[in-house]
Amino acid sequence: MKLEIKDRPGQLVAALKPISDVGGNIIAVIHQRDPGSASDTLDVQIVLNLPEGRLEHLIDLIREQGVSVVRVGEERLLHRQEVIIIGHLMHTDLSDTVDQIDRTGFAEVSEISVVMPAIDQPSSAHLTIRSVSSEDMGKALEILHRTAKEKDLLVIKPLEECT
Amino acid sequence: MKVAIIGFGSVGQGVAESIQNKDLGIMITGIADSKSGVIAGSGIPVGEVLAKKQSQGVCGDTDVSAWDVVKSADYDVLVECTPTDITTGKPALEYIRYAINRGRHVVTSNKGPVALAYKTLITEAGEQGVCLRYEATVCGAIPIIHTIQEGLAGNDILKIYGIFNGTCNYILTRMAEDGLTYEQALLEARELGYAEADPTYDVKGIDAAIKLVILANTVWGLDKSIDDVEITGIDNLTPEALQLAEKHGRTIRLIGEIDPAKGTLRVSPRIIPQEHPLVVDGTLNAVLLEADMADGITMIGRGAGSIETASAIIGDLIFIRDRYVKAA
Ligand SMILES: NC(=O)c1ccc[n+]([C@@H]2O[C@H](COP(=O)([O-])OP(=O)(O)OC[C@H]3O[C@@H](n4cnc5c(N)ncnc54)[C@H](OP(=O)(O)O)[C@@H]3O)[C@@H](O)[C@H]2O)c1
Repeated sequence: MKLEIKDRPGQLVAALKPISDVGGNIIAVIHQRDPGSASDTLDVQIVLNLPEGRLEHLIDLIREQGVSVVRVGEERLLHRQEVIIIGHLMHTDLSDTVDQIDRTGFAEVSEISVVMPAIDQPSSAHLTIRSVSSEDMGKALEILHRTAKEKDLLVIKPLEECT
Repeated sequence: MKVAIIGFGSVGQGVAESIQNKDLGIMITGIADSKSGVIAGSGIPVGEVLAKKQSQGVCGDTDVSAWDVVKSADYDVLVECTPTDITTGKPALEYIRYAINRGRHVVTSNKGPVALAYKTLITEAGEQGVCLRYEATVCGAIPIIHTIQEGLAGNDILKIYGIFNGTCNYILTRMAEDGLTYEQALLEARELGYAEADPTYDVKGIDAAIKLVILANTVWGLDKSIDDVEITGIDNLTPEALQLAEKHGRTIRLIGEIDPAKGTLRVSPRIIPQEHPLVVDGTLNAVLLEADMADGITMIGRGAGSIETASAIIGDLIFIRDRYVKAA
């Protein structure tokens, strides 16, 4: 979300405090001060993780601090995972494969690029899957795994993030 | 310290050369290949034997067998570098057991016996008060076993994952960089001597899986076999899959993972960020250890090669020399 705060000591802290009060988690705080600007306000962008259904309450709390919330770019599906699948994707109905995930309601395929070299050759696809939680992502990948097994497709998963 | 070398191919010759070229206080008293052997209690002239092997294909006298060397040569340590058999471990397993029960230390580069019979071997070695070391079986020149057992002593090792097969890594590197097909990259690897005539073990992920079994059983004392490893090879990968990964700032590598807490023992091609420390080029191996105190440690190095593999064997020999033979 993007906030506009007064360029005065204590204002940023005042704007951020309600986030932890509602159980949120700050991922990044980005503030830019336009050097040429005579304005006494500061634009701050905050990237955060919130428990479901707390957004409205948070915005109220921030406003109570005298901070204006300029824009809320709500990203419902925070978790993102890439997979590559290889096999006879068209013959095995790629849209059905994708639909198996979209149908869940908790995860969706948000991007897909397919390369088909020749009619009888296996094709390859890169999919981006988004989900609400990492648990849901696990479930979505499990569904993909099962579908791929039935259709004799190879699924290449990312190496989980590690140190 | 006296050593006998059984198996005089790429690795065995590398060990002999290194012992000859360096002043390590090690004397070779026995050498054998599949057809011949040579025994000399006062030390074998290594240069002559290497030359003979080159010109005549045998290292010694055809009346002397590998068994003769194992049974009767005068050695403190048996260096075992015969070909790997992952179903029976033979003949290496029998040579090794004989040497141990003769009260001799053993160093091997052979994955078969260690993957199949580590418990038996280590128990017998314990009973005899001798040492069995196998650094060269996993990741060639990278001192992974030594790092875990010595450098990280006192740590709990939480996870290990990495690139355990240089042949697959070479093929994937070529497919990603130059858009070669799997078949083209494999052919090239074979021409360059990176892949065996029968590359099945490498490309199907079996070689990497055996190394995971060795780590699982030796680092965590588990009782795993190759059947416990979930294995997917690289033979069905397409150049398009690699290109798609590259387009997204990723690549694909064959990763082996052990995570005992989660019960994971797996070899599979994985999408991995291009800047990830495990993304190494060509035939290199790379391994990442996670330990409770040390946190993450990454090691990159040569997974194969005559002298590179000899490096791991020599390290084991010197460990034994300093801890056991000198002290005795
Ligand atoms: N090459 C590497 O980079 C590397 C790396 C790590 C581990 N290793 C392992 O190290 C071992 C040796 O590899 P290598 O590349 O040196 O293999 P290699 O070049 O094929 O040499 C094998 C040697 O063993 C001998 N041999 C075969 N059967 C025998 C028997 N029944 N009794 C006695 N000797 C026998 C062969 O005799 P002939 O000469 O008469 O055929 C040859 O000298 C293998 O287990 C391999 O997996 C190799």
